[in-house]
Amino acid sequence: MSESLVRIEGLGACYGSVRALSEVDLEIGGREFFALLGPSGCGKTTLLRALAGFETPSEGSVTLGGEDLLSMPAHRRQVNMMFQSYALFPHLTVEKNIAYGPSRAGLSKAEIAGRVGEVIETVGLGGMGRRRPHQLSGGQRQRVALARAIVNRPRLLLLDEPLSALDRNVRSQMQLELKRLQHEVGIAFVMVTHDQEEALSMADRVAVMDGGRVQQVATPEELYRAPANRFVAEFIGRSNVFTGTTTSGGLVADGGRLLPGHGEGSHLIVRPEDIRIAAVPIEEGGVLRGRVLETQFSGGSTMVAVQLEGLATVSGRPVLVSQAGLSSVRRGADVALTWDAAAAAIVA
Amino acid sequence: MKERLGWLWLPFVACFAFLYIPIVTLVVMSFNSGRSALNFSGFSFRWYPELFSDSDIGQALLNSLTVAVGAMLFSTVLGTMLAVGLVRYARSTALDAIAMTPAILPDLVLAIGLLVFFAFIGLPLGLSTVMIAHAAFGTAFVLAVVRARLVQLDGSLEEASQDLGASWLTTFLLVTLPSIRPAVVAGALLSFTLSLDEFVIAFFTDGPKTPTLPIEIYSRVRFGVTPEINALATMLLLVSVTAVVVGALVLRRTESAGE
Repeated sequence: MSESLVRIEGLGACYGSVRALSEVDLEIGGREFFALLGPSGCGKTTLLRALAGFETPSEGSVTLGGEDLLSMPAHRRQVNMMFQSYALFPHLTVEKNIAYGPSRAGLSKAEIAGRVGEVIETVGLGGMGRRRPHQLSGGQRQRVALARAIVNRPRLLLLDEPLSALDRNVRSQMQLELKRLQHEVGIAFVMVTHDQEEALSMADRVAVMDGGRVQQVATPEELYRAPANRFVAEFIGRSNVFTGTTTSGGLVADGGRLLPGHGEGSHLIVRPEDIRIAAVPIEEGGVLRGRVLETQFSGGSTMVAVQLEGLATVSGRPVLVSQAGLSSVRRGADVALTWDAAAAAIVA
Repeated sequence: MKERLGWLWLPFVACFAFLYIPIVTLVVMSFNSGRSALNFSGFSFRWYPELFSDSDIGQALLNSLTVAVGAMLFSTVLGTMLAVGLVRYARSTALDAIAMTPAILPDLVLAIGLLVFFAFIGLPLGLSTVMIAHAAFGTAFVLAVVRARLVQLDGSLEEASQDLGASWLTTFLLVTLPSIRPAVVAGALLSFTLSLDEFVIAFFTDGPKTPTLPIEIYSRVRFGVTPEINALATMLLLVSVTAVVVGALVLRRTESAGE
């Protein structure tokens, strides 16, 4: 991300007395695939709709390529949106749906036809131009919605939960295709999703949101490896969270036990795959002892649930340990757990 | 699987007889050869030519059509605009209720209210006042029909249109209107037929020299029903049935196309 295309500063929005967005600062690059990820009601959709021009923020500024975006009405913005419901015009054919934007821009008939034909090929809808939306499958409708949005060559494409209406098989195929298309057309994509897998697998960078605030902006790897706070850690992937106070070399948990970790704060986060498990209890500092409650084999790895002695996770649930391949321990066995300080982050 | 009706066929037939015997009687008596509306003395078409050559009836029909078309145009435009405004820009159910009140208010209340209002602003009574009065309740009916359709319409269609560069007006003409067209047509037909045979409000708000058809019929019936009136009623019946059938066909055709 050398130069940023979209610059969002101090953005806030309210619905009556409910705060939907607070102090949102973001920069999005010109060719970036950016995801807004969070649980429902976190403000991600409000932010997207503010970029499109359907929500009026109460404070802050948004610029697109240096130009003020918020003072422009939705139909003047060089921003297009792919709606969650696709919002295809039911009374128009596929071709006319796609030509709707270029026609409004006042292009010549020949140019419109050229662009529409080109885009139809790009999204793989050749031969479908004369059909109506209700004659198409879900995946095809999604392609039409995508074609209709990119045919205008916007500087920024907004995608509202683009894959949520598709069934699982089509979804993974469209994930790859969206990514390919983003490289091909070279437009910045901003995608809203509540599905972390979708965000992590598709986006260059992800903003995790909660309660109307941006919790962390990072690459998918960073989000997973170095979550900024407890919310991000728990929202992204599986994690074990302990609470206590920081000392040198780790966190002193409530029972007085030292848990190895790095960083500063009151919560220690360790991923299931970073924990080593041993069947024979060894007396050693920083080692947790417990009993195996359950093992769950799922092909490439096994998830082991361990109930600790005299120590609980924040959620009160057993500690999860992921082992590659088949598990070396059985249900009911006494085990010892260890991890490296480098693998466990201590956050606020 | 259908169950056998058993003895229930009796109330079933009675219901239909109750609904349709008066209408059948009316149609049959319009072909009476005698002058009486009660005793059928023989089959004849004589009342139909007589009806068509009656210039008073012709004028009254023309008056009614003028009022009905005017009221239809007025209430269709106003009702549709009102529906869009209420559904897309107002979040008040109280406003909805107030706008639809003329449709459920007793005709008598509306009639007296309009009469007093016209007298108050000094508007002379005539076809134009009947037209305004009919447009008032017609608007409420169009609003009810169009609103029901608009509520079901995915609001993101209009947003998508704006997103693709269409102004508000273009969006309304190219996206909103085509989507609600069947409801607008149904609302227009409804306001037309309601106006055509409306009596109470027209009776109060019409001037003495320009009777609408129902008023003309009423003034004749006071001196006794003749088969000519029956013939007229039969013709009206035919017009109404045609309008309803056309309306239903339009609705069904566009609805199946919209899915």
